[in-house]
Amino acid sequence: MRIYLTAIILVLLAAPIAVPNAIAVMPDEVLKDPVLETRAREISQDLRCLVCQNQSIDDSNASLAKDLRIIVRERLTAGDTNEQVFGYLVSRYGNYVLLNPPLQADTFLLWASPFFMLVVALSVAVIYLRRRPELEASSGIDPDADKPTNEMKED
Amino acid sequence: MTRGRGLAALIPFIVFGALAIIFWRSLSNDPKFIPSVLINKPVPEFNLSAVEGLQIPGLSHADLKKGNVTIVNIFASWCVPCREEQPLLMSLSANKDIHLVGINNKDAPADARNFLGTYGNPFTAIGSDIDGRTTINFGSYGVPETFVVDGKGTIRYKVIGGLGASMADGSFFKEVQKAALPLKQ
Repeated sequence: MRIYLTAIILVLLAAPIAVPNAIAVMPDEVLKDPVLETRAREISQDLRCLVCQNQSIDDSNASLAKDLRIIVRERLTAGDTNEQVFGYLVSRYGNYVLLNPPLQADTFLLWASPFFMLVVALSVAVIYLRRRPELEASSGIDPDADKPTNEMKED
Repeated sequence: MTRGRGLAALIPFIVFGALAIIFWRSLSNDPKFIPSVLINKPVPEFNLSAVEGLQIPGLSHADLKKGNVTIVNIFASWCVPCREEQPLLMSLSANKDIHLVGINNKDAPADARNFLGTYGNPFTAIGSDIDGRTTINFGSYGVPETFVVDGKGTIRYKVIGGLGASMADGSFFKEVQKAALPLKQ
């Protein structure tokens, strides 16, 4: 049983790696310089396609996504850093265009909430575990009732 | 002790209720609405030539800084909501106090002429944005979009999609009137 479970978990973990990346980049868009092209692909994967909102422009076949991919490549060819390319698009479309939102005043809650939930969950767990012996004692159940006895050994 | 636990038992229900209200309200949010970062910012620099074969001048950012409120409509012949919107723009253009100009997004000149011939031309100037770059510089991600630009060339308001709803409830005209007043700093 445990082997099956391990196998299922391993398959689930491997699934996202095994799925081939859907690529929307057309051959005529690809830059000749492989280093710049790699950077362009990395940047494109972090930019939201505004038409089909849960896809990156790297994945999307929308014509706006194609235009934005070409703009990313033009900026890189012109010598922009990755940050300048992101800045170029953020100045037009806002932070919404970033699939990875920056940590700043208005996104603090977004970034802090997982840690906040972790703290809440841990404190609830600690309180519960500390109170348990006391609860068991007061409920009249013998806390040692389900422990194995030593009777067998004594025989 | 018991009373304390009784209250504690209510917490999940309160949290559930609060989340239910938040999610219920969020259902009526428009997922296509993305607030523009260009509101109260100057229009991007652009210089678009006229649509070939039309006797109407092209459009540049300088045309939007001449002291009067201008309504800039981004349209295309291939865009279905634009066809529905065109009669509204025609009614706007009947008002001589309103300066209405167009940016023709990714259209062949013949298609643009055809569209304006069929549905009417409300614009006093039309810039031909064949490669769509000016549309992108306006932070636009779909057609139609309509911008209200004040006399200094500052974008004051933006309508995403057709003008129908915001003209019906009067909010569009309110924004046009607001744009006639100087921007509070």
